[in-house]
Amino acid sequence: MRPFEYLAPKDLDEACSLLSKHRDEAKILSGGQSLVALLRQRLVSPAYVIDIRRVPGLDYIREDKDGLSIGALTTHRTVEISPAVAKRFPMLAEAEHRLAHRQVRNWGTIGGNLSHADPGGDLAPSLMALGAEVKVVSAKGKRTIPVVEFFTDYMVTVIEPDEIMVEVSIPYLKAGSGGAYHKESIRAGDRPIASVAAVVSLDGKAGIIRSARIALGGVGLTPILAKEAGKSLAGKKATAAVVLEAGAIAAREAQPTADVEGSVEYKRHIVGLLTRDMLNLAMARAQSK
Amino acid sequence: MKMPLQFRVNGEDYEVYVEPWKTLLEVLRDELELTGTKAGCLAGECGTCTVIVDGKAVKSCLMLAPQAAGREIMTVEGLAQGGKLHPLQQAFIDHFAFQCGFCTPGMLMSSKALLDENPHPTADDVKEGLYGNFCRCTGYVKILEAVLAAGAKPRG
Repeated sequence: MRPFEYLAPKDLDEACSLLSKHRDEAKILSGGQSLVALLRQRLVSPAYVIDIRRVPGLDYIREDKDGLSIGALTTHRTVEISPAVAKRFPMLAEAEHRLAHRQVRNWGTIGGNLSHADPGGDLAPSLMALGAEVKVVSAKGKRTIPVVEFFTDYMVTVIEPDEIMVEVSIPYLKAGSGGAYHKESIRAGDRPIASVAAVVSLDGKAGIIRSARIALGGVGLTPILAKEAGKSLAGKKATAAVVLEAGAIAAREAQPTADVEGSVEYKRHIVGLLTRDMLNLAMARAQSK
Repeated sequence: MKMPLQFRVNGEDYEVYVEPWKTLLEVLRDELELTGTKAGCLAGECGTCTVIVDGKAVKSCLMLAPQAAGREIMTVEGLAQGGKLHPLQQAFIDHFAFQCGFCTPGMLMSSKALLDENPHPTADDVKEGLYGNFCRCTGYVKILEAVLAAGAKPRG
């Protein structure tokens, strides 16, 4: 690691003022499960590391009126075993359960994971499909960003150099809705060959799909909202054929590259199958509610 | 520039002066000379550097040393008490749960954290708790048996 100056602000205000002073020369450290590896490989060499780990008030899971709010410094393990998450968003608990390893989940945070913006990250697809938002703050103020607009390029987000993510908020699903997520990987906890999250809202009596949102991980420069695949299902009767067709559309919306995890064709094939399976699981869950 | 770091390791208080870009792993091995904790992949993949921080298993290669300030660390050197092996260590011996031994300290610390949280785990619980620890001799079955045996014993 190249030397840097280590700064440990005692609260969020101090963190923001340090960040507005050092901007691009600083990196924020929370759990460090991605950043420390990048520092060691000298892929990043900031002059300042601003450690927000002990900044109070950012480690919580709160059941608000309209949705679940998760503080940015909440560890993956806390989300994984949270009864509130299990009750409201089982797909998120499942995503956390296969995020890296127990040791990484014990120290890594949800805010760090999203800000790191690895396109194969485990949380973004579910959060996109669920219509989640992130809150960021700076010395100038705060703003809210839908997760679908958060990622702009490979490991790049819309966060400005002086901003810090403080919260992830997820709106509750309406009655008759369900969600599912699965990562296909070589071993549990590995980066994905492809991952798919699906959230479906059903019109109970008629067996009609009111709306569907499908998001893909590990098959592009960013996590991808498969808009056309989701749109293809709206207003349709939930048959095997329309689900299969949505999978074929999602496979075309994926933008994978060939690597050790598989060829472009194989990854698209996996996206198609996972889309079918996650839609079916999401609809089964929607009906059981 | 070096900064003071106070923490507790295996029940003893330490104050050392470290460069903030050192990891907890480097401080344990190079400053405290606790070389039981192994440096493997240094990228958070292999788990040989696993130690317990405030009761939770973490990878010490991915924790910057300043983040350990004020915390309670346990390394493999802290397992044996009064010259007597920890039941997990004894179980590893009884079940031939190591070959080259390089992964053993990490395996023991992940197992310790697992048993502290879940004293009588199932085979699936153990696999779940240990899948962040690689054994390149691939002696996983013996390791699983050892942890299950340690978990089957009444614990005092």
